[in-house]
Amino acid sequence: MRTIVIEPTFEAWRGRARELLLEGVPPEQVLWSDEAEEPCLFGAETAPSSPRPPASAGPSLKVSSAFMDLARTTAAHTAASRWGALYRLLWRQTRGGEPHVLALATDPDVRQIQGWAGAVRRDIHKMHAFVRFRLADTDETTGREYFVAWFEPEYRIVPLATPFFKKRFASMDWSILTPHACAHWNGTHLHFTPGQPHNPIVKEDTLDPLWRTYFRSIFNPARLKVQAMQSEMPKKYWKNLPEASLIQEMIATSQSRMQEMLDTEARPARPAPRNAYLDSLRQRPAPES
Amino acid sequence: MDIDRKLEILADAAKYDASCASSGATRKDSRGSKGVGSTGGAGICHSYTPDGRCVSLLKVLMTNVCLYDCHYCINRRSSNVQRARFTPEEIVSLTLDFYKRNYIEGLFLSSGIIQSADHTMELVISVARQLREKHHFRGYIHLKTIPEASPELIAVAGRLADRISINIELPTQQGLDLLAPEKNLARTEAAMGHIREKIDENREARRTAVAAKPPPFATGQSTQMLVGADAATDASILLRANHLSGHYRLRRVYYSGFSPIPEPSVILPLKPPPLVREHRLYQADWLLRFYGFHVSELTTESGPNLDLHLDPKLAWALRNRGSFPIDLNKAPRESLLRIPGLGVRSVDRILSARRHTRLRLADLLQLRLPMKKVMPFIITADYTPARSGLDGDALPTVFMPPPQQLEFSFDGPSPTPEDHSASRSGEL
Repeated sequence: MRTIVIEPTFEAWRGRARELLLEGVPPEQVLWSDEAEEPCLFGAETAPSSPRPPASAGPSLKVSSAFMDLARTTAAHTAASRWGALYRLLWRQTRGGEPHVLALATDPDVRQIQGWAGAVRRDIHKMHAFVRFRLADTDETTGREYFVAWFEPEYRIVPLATPFFKKRFASMDWSILTPHACAHWNGTHLHFTPGQPHNPIVKEDTLDPLWRTYFRSIFNPARLKVQAMQSEMPKKYWKNLPEASLIQEMIATSQSRMQEMLDTEARPARPAPRNAYLDSLRQRPAPES
Repeated sequence: MDIDRKLEILADAAKYDASCASSGATRKDSRGSKGVGSTGGAGICHSYTPDGRCVSLLKVLMTNVCLYDCHYCINRRSSNVQRARFTPEEIVSLTLDFYKRNYIEGLFLSSGIIQSADHTMELVISVARQLREKHHFRGYIHLKTIPEASPELIAVAGRLADRISINIELPTQQGLDLLAPEKNLARTEAAMGHIREKIDENREARRTAVAAKPPPFATGQSTQMLVGADAATDASILLRANHLSGHYRLRRVYYSGFSPIPEPSVILPLKPPPLVREHRLYQADWLLRFYGFHVSELTTESGPNLDLHLDPKLAWALRNRGSFPIDLNKAPRESLLRIPGLGVRSVDRILSARRHTRLRLADLLQLRLPMKKVMPFIITADYTPARSGLDGDALPTVFMPPPQQLEFSFDGPSPTPEDHSASRSGEL
């Protein structure tokens, strides 16, 4: 049995997995672990071993780019067993003689890994949606604005999720701080620093009250669907959303607001005012259909 | 009036438009630009209100002053609602300020009709022009257009926006005559026809361009139909939707269940339709667009409205039990799509897996299929349903919800969380 301890990154896993595969070590003989859960594991191989010659002519060791993308996404998950599951799937596609295994959504390994990747993709999508920037500073000479945001993703997605913000907000400077890692953009480079344990941003943005006005006004109290809201915006995100503090009251008052509408006396129709355009509408012939 | 109060009035005035999509735009972003913004991926919902609707765009009216008298609309001239009006600059700042804080994907701008259709259209266009040309905004812009506006102005709107739309509101002219006397179905369809030509022309010009591509034009149009404000049946709503989608290649038809408004009209029904009716229409719409169904299969002569208790595919299957059971290991894709409980994604997974293996019931569990719904209708390598079960009178009752007190008495079953996720993904 081999115990492999890696940094919790896709690149680290790929490097070790490639070596083990070339060496021909079957997945059941490897115990994977990462430094995030096992900071120092006595007796484990932590440094990459020197490259070994490939095993004698065997099946092709190439895998599809679709698998590498899937593995890159899955690596951002935090389930301890993901490294081993990825190596097993890699093995099965190459030395295991099942090159088609990714086509089998019915296969438990595939199902498991696709489930992890799906959760990571969802987390990335929610980060794109729920990050809220606050204006921190404006450069007096250039007028360039610096925004900062605090977000708490479920998984280690900061490097995967932040290129999106770079494209969208190229013309402003920004930082996104999270417990796992922080991303910073200065107009030319995106760089990363270690995570911060707590949200250091105390002041709310001057636009937040106006945003809450919008959130409150766009809501239709006559069609309450709390479950539909929560399945898309689970409560765990609420504490960092400036608008979420309104939700409880909006729900609580919706019934009485609707009743008020139903109790309102119906308004009679008012005759059309004198207006040349309305007159012209009445005279306009209907187009041929 | 301060900006906060204006926003309150003009967002409230815009909320009855259900359209929220921010997807399907041409890929663009802000790299190398002085502005902000990007589009082109899947749309993003930046928040959700307790009505279950997503908040994706800043959806406001230019003004809620309106010449028209559409009786389902809070902004009609007969309503006593307080009136307000944004300046174009106010909307531009709101859009940019909200966008930079990542509250929104862009702007959805509509307006009450003031003076004339052309005048109103010009106001709406001036906002989009400022955003695009003065502030280099590359986020999403959806402009509501007025069918009576001149085709030249609609074309300008199309060049500035990612999506343009005209609401058909009701499926028949009789309904419009009663509830929206200024609106005309034929004029609306003619305008949709012009927009489709423009979109097609631009797509073709961009496809065949050898050197510089022509400037982008909106990549799609959509519309909205109101449900339950007049006597129109689901059959007539779906026929109209299908006709519009086919002729004018609409990206989406939004169905908006009529809900009580603060300024009710004497001409409107007092009682709103059950929310689930709108949901069933969306499901039926999906069956028409992605599952190969025809309108005539979803409703019947004697039942022109969709069943509120059963999803439309299941209701169809129960009326056509002779077509089942279907063998998951052999049937073609179009037959698999007809099986209740199987969505497009599940069908594609089945097709992909069965090239390498014979599917058994245990495999379906891995696919997380709703087994209770699926099993009466399928054959697998290790399972065949009893013909007596499929043909028996008891089968429909298996799918009926147990009697229960409803959360809000809208006289219909509330959609379940599965229904919600199904209507998002289109899986049935």
